[in-house]
Amino acid sequence: MNKIWLVIQREYSTRVRKKSFIIMTILGPLLMAAVMIVPVYLASISDETKTVGVVDESGFFENAFKDTDKIKFKDMHLDIAAAKRNYEKLDYNMVLYIPKPAYTYPQKIFIYSNKEPGLNVERYIRNSINNDLRTMRLKNAGVSNDLIKTMKNSISISTIKITDTGKEEKRMGQLYFIIGMVLAISIYFFIFLYGTQVMRGVIEEKTSRIVEVIISSIKPFQLMMGKIIGLALVGLTQFLLWVFLTAAIVTGAKIAFAGQLQQVEKYEMQKTGQVIDPSNKVTVNANYDKTAEVFEAIKSINFTVIVGSFIFYFLFGYLLYAALFAAIGASVDNDVDTQQFVLPVTVPLIISIATIQSVVNNPDGPTALWLSMIPLTSPVSMMARIPFGVPYWQIALSMVLLILTFVLTTWFAGKIYRIGILMYGKKPSYKDLWKWLKY
Amino acid sequence: MELLVAENIHKSFSNHKALNGVSISVPESSIFGLLGPNGAGKTTLIRIINQITAADSGNVYLDGEILKPNHIEYIGYLPEERGLYKKMKVGEQAIYLAMLKGLSKKEAKKQLKYWFEKYEIASWWGRKVEELSKGMQQKVQFIVTILHKPKLLIFDEPFSGFDPINTELLKEEILNLRDEGATVIFSTHNMASVEEICDHIALINKSEKILDGKVTEIKDAYKNSTYELEYEANNIKLASFLPPDFSILSEEKTEKGYQARIQLPSDKYTNDLLKLMMQNSHINLFKELIPSMNEIFIRRVTEN
Repeated sequence: MNKIWLVIQREYSTRVRKKSFIIMTILGPLLMAAVMIVPVYLASISDETKTVGVVDESGFFENAFKDTDKIKFKDMHLDIAAAKRNYEKLDYNMVLYIPKPAYTYPQKIFIYSNKEPGLNVERYIRNSINNDLRTMRLKNAGVSNDLIKTMKNSISISTIKITDTGKEEKRMGQLYFIIGMVLAISIYFFIFLYGTQVMRGVIEEKTSRIVEVIISSIKPFQLMMGKIIGLALVGLTQFLLWVFLTAAIVTGAKIAFAGQLQQVEKYEMQKTGQVIDPSNKVTVNANYDKTAEVFEAIKSINFTVIVGSFIFYFLFGYLLYAALFAAIGASVDNDVDTQQFVLPVTVPLIISIATIQSVVNNPDGPTALWLSMIPLTSPVSMMARIPFGVPYWQIALSMVLLILTFVLTTWFAGKIYRIGILMYGKKPSYKDLWKWLKY
Repeated sequence: MELLVAENIHKSFSNHKALNGVSISVPESSIFGLLGPNGAGKTTLIRIINQITAADSGNVYLDGEILKPNHIEYIGYLPEERGLYKKMKVGEQAIYLAMLKGLSKKEAKKQLKYWFEKYEIASWWGRKVEELSKGMQQKVQFIVTILHKPKLLIFDEPFSGFDPINTELLKEEILNLRDEGATVIFSTHNMASVEEICDHIALINKSEKILDGKVTEIKDAYKNSTYELEYEANNIKLASFLPPDFSILSEEKTEKGYQARIQLPSDKYTNDLLKLMMQNSHINLFKELIPSMNEIFIRRVTEN
């Protein structure tokens, strides 16, 4: 036991001091944080306030446009020719021209500008005008104001899950979807990244011929497990560092750009809110409802189950595959020869990630059920299902199956490993591996 | 007193028998040569002693006790296929390997310091293994093998990869270790080194032991009263004055006279031969032909 610990220590300390590990650990969170921050930041800097000069020949839209933080509207009180000539001198960014309609209502409007007006501005104007026109037409058709308002109420759907105990829980499919995907994909990457590292490590020991020196001091199985556990700890360290560093960077950025970000958020709210109904009252409520709903959904998620099963599948999924990868590494002499053995081992893993979409779309369907039971696919598939709520007996069964397979696989892998590490030269066939099992 | 005894060891792999009833016994504080052509089963036997593989049947005793896992600490093993972690620093790696053998970190450091200074390689401590030449790496490996002061040292082809100067150094060290009480098992093809340093040998061929014993006794057993002579004489044939039971193996004219090899019959002594020779020629050289280990090796293996 003491000696396994020595192996673990060596694996851990040599690997976390490697340049590649340090670079990855720093670069990973930077990238992730960048993915989260940059779009928001970009949105905040590119949207400087624009002033739109309105030339309304139709006479329908006087003061019809509500200003936002980013877009100001002003009637220019000029004819269109003069407006086009002078708008820059008068500090307008563009001219919105609504010609006199040929029939009752305008069919076409124009925006004149020396620069692209930007999608947000266009969308805002289009929505505003459409909205107003619809209201006008309805009014003209004799519909009362109150009726118009109620018509515009957008509907929000709340899915409520009736639990076995008859309790009702608010659910938030999209949120579960995201959580499930992120956790499952993390497990997939972790298994792949560190599983192959185990394989490389074994090959390194074999090609550098140190392996016989070491197994004259410890059992091959101890060496294999020491390496696998050591790498698991390296992976865990990296994963935790990523989570913490990403969180730190994002929080740091939030504080640093607090002003801008708030504006952006407010603007986003207005974009979605105001255009629906200029009177604003209904949508604000809807917005409020939505936030409340998210909070309730978050509260409804069983974090103990998620975190617990994440750690479980993270570790056991890795352990299962790492043992297989170690056996592969032991059987061959160099990286090139690994191909023929790596492929069959990774197929289940690839299947589980390829089917993740359908698992998440129908988390209680037969595909999801089977994939989350089969031990080679369960770490990824079950993790994708768990946020949606999985019956406990299924989780338990899947875990037991995974543990049993892990024990069995490790035992087999250990046998192949024990023989393989001392075999040089010949690239073994599957038949050879089968023989090694029986030694 | 025997330090290591292997009794009737059998080991087969799926398609061939590696060891077929091999027994050896290695006396304490001696150097034991394990000889045999490639593929004879030497490495398999060594791996069984090191508990890397298990025998199908037969027992191995170390110091009178049947082999058990903690015996690993009493054995130092330098395998034929040997190497170090290329990316690791020399000192760190030596400490790791020593600790795997059961030394404490402190003790490992202390011992390593002593040996690194003795071999004047202290400056390598912080360097990565890949920066060292192959010979330098072998030196580090040798030190790591003997560091924990094992009772039993097993060297598989220890001299491969060493230059003549370091080979000498190593030989001296091995003899030193024996004088200090260690027992050495030494597997090699290099017969010259066997004659120089081995006290006992066992010859394994085709999975079976075909010869063993003390080197001097084996040689005595293989000498057959053959003598080499160089002499000057006047155009005279040996057959004309030697009795017919003296068999003349060769008789050649050289620049300075003649050279011949003669085998004595069992009831005659060297003095009988010399007396006859002295009467008929002027003797320049007379010596007994003792077969070298190399000859014995080749003879036994081809006979087998």
